[in-house]
Amino acid sequence: MTVLVGYVPNALGEATLRAGVEESRRRSEPLVVLNMSRDDVLVDARRAPADDLERVDRDVRELGVDVEVVQVEEGGDAAEALVEAATTHHASVLVIGLRHRSAVGKLILGSVAQRVLLGAPCPVLAVKAQS
Amino acid sequence: MDNVNALLGGFAAVITPMNLLIALLGVTVGTAVGVLPGIGPAMTVALLLPVTYGLPVEQSLILFGGIFYGGMYGGSTTSILLNTPGESASVVTALEGNKMAKAGRAAQALATSAIGSFVAGTIATAAIVFVMPQVVDFAITLGSPEFLAIILVAFVGTAAILGSSRVRGFAALLVGLALGLVGTDFVTGQQRLTFGSPFLADNIDVVVVAVGIFAVGEALWVAAHLRRKAATVIPVGRPWMSKEDWGRSWKPWLRGTALGFPFGAIPAGGAEIPTFLSYLTERKLTKHPEEFGKGAIEGVAGPEAANNASAAGTMVPLLALGLPTNATAAIIIAAFMSYGIEPGPLLLTKEPDLVWMLVASLFIGNFFLLVLNLPLAPTWAKLLRIPRPYLYAGILFFASMGAYAVNAQPFDLFLLLALGGLGFAMRRFGLPVLPLIVGTILGPLFERHMRRSLQTTGGDISGLVGGPVAWVCYAFVLAVLLWPLVARLIGRGRGGSDDDTPGDDSPPSPGVEYDRVATWEGVGS
Repeated sequence: MTVLVGYVPNALGEATLRAGVEESRRRSEPLVVLNMSRDDVLVDARRAPADDLERVDRDVRELGVDVEVVQVEEGGDAAEALVEAATTHHASVLVIGLRHRSAVGKLILGSVAQRVLLGAPCPVLAVKAQS
Repeated sequence: MDNVNALLGGFAAVITPMNLLIALLGVTVGTAVGVLPGIGPAMTVALLLPVTYGLPVEQSLILFGGIFYGGMYGGSTTSILLNTPGESASVVTALEGNKMAKAGRAAQALATSAIGSFVAGTIATAAIVFVMPQVVDFAITLGSPEFLAIILVAFVGTAAILGSSRVRGFAALLVGLALGLVGTDFVTGQQRLTFGSPFLADNIDVVVVAVGIFAVGEALWVAAHLRRKAATVIPVGRPWMSKEDWGRSWKPWLRGTALGFPFGAIPAGGAEIPTFLSYLTERKLTKHPEEFGKGAIEGVAGPEAANNASAAGTMVPLLALGLPTNATAAIIIAAFMSYGIEPGPLLLTKEPDLVWMLVASLFIGNFFLLVLNLPLAPTWAKLLRIPRPYLYAGILFFASMGAYAVNAQPFDLFLLLALGGLGFAMRRFGLPVLPLIVGTILGPLFERHMRRSLQTTGGDISGLVGGPVAWVCYAFVLAVLLWPLVARLIGRGRGGSDDDTPGDDSPPSPGVEYDRVATWEGVGS
């Protein structure tokens, strides 16, 4: 069993990662960090550059937690990718970040978090960025 | 001095709140489409052409001029921050620009390209003021046989000089000429290539051809290659330059301008050749040769100045002769025609206010572009986050609406789809798009001049080769056509293979993704 973390390269991602490390210690299970970027945009702000993922890997190992960093490039839907990874990595818990959406954002975009919550095969831990 | 007075008159006419707003809108849209790879000013002008039927002719031309200039600015932002040129004219900028950005000098690279574009654009637009009337004075003395020869030069130039393959260039040109031929013969009233359809009897509207080939063709092509890895933009603050950067930039700016303007002004010149020449010149003249290949500011400043100067140069044959030298100019010609204005040497005499207003608006647009681009370059890069499906759905919507708006005929929509399929096939098989659109627009003009020349001599073939201008043009055409043959003979005479002929050395470009650029080649600028 593993602890799966959905990681994005920003403050929210850091908070998610921190919660994932705690959870992984508590359960004494290895951590899997997943970063995904979409294939239908030229630039994806949620894509973590290689050096950022290396840093994540190093930092988490320094904390004494066994970690595997997975990057999905040319991905489609983030929620689907997370749910799928939770199954393949036998996740016992899935850690995701939550953020506020504006009224317009709610109108245009569907909530990834909601679809993860409904689709995940395991309990989901939702984390907010520290204000 | 008449020119300057006329230009001042143009400024007076252009400075109204509405015109300034249109100019601002034009340069903003232009920068946006310049930033986005695959969407160029040519496609945008084609899409907006039917939408602007409601505007006065002056305002739609101000809008198109702004889009054209803006596209040249926007392309460099993506080149520098992403190593993916937004326009084919910015391919060379990526060589040094992206290296600079990776070395943490993105702010300086963006600054030198924006300020260089402004300097070059201003000088070259001023050059239009002085060169264009001279060209017009000369062109008015030319008759049909000379024009026939000049159009032939434009045909052969776009088909044979630009692009990698002559056969493909000529194939595209012939498709374009065939499309231009569809309709009713204007002398005999004969139906040509109409297949008995009353819808085709009235010629295919150039707008439908342009929108089909540029917009629908490109959208289908992108849809076929939708899946692609996302990239990460190099983060950057506000563009700025140190004193040393200024010192190293100003000479390349001026040299780039001097290279770009004439290349823009000759048929088949375009922006790609002068940017590359400027890059080579700067690499040769630099005091810091060790920096080239690692991010030399000269290698950004020169080519960026060259592509803006060539954009201004394009305006000279466009306004003085009615000859388009790149795709955007070709569609601006179509815009003139759709307003019932005949582009050609008489344009300046018949519509002086319009011409000078357009030139004045280019100065103003250029200033707006500096203001828009210098502080906002990082913001423009955010446009790259728009998912492609949204973008191309919007383009297809505008394309269909535009094609329908031309004649309010559902038939045009089927025609649009067929031409879109043709545009897709051309991209698939590497046929350049420019010769097609030039052929479609200039084909009927070519025919008219040929008929007129033959009529004046009563059908005698000698009517086609009157005057020294025609002789020079035909000599040029022959030289271009025979050059590969001659080159091969010389190569054989020397006993060498023709693999190492000088002049076809491709840009040294380890990092630039040429395979991605190649598909946009016909679309950009």
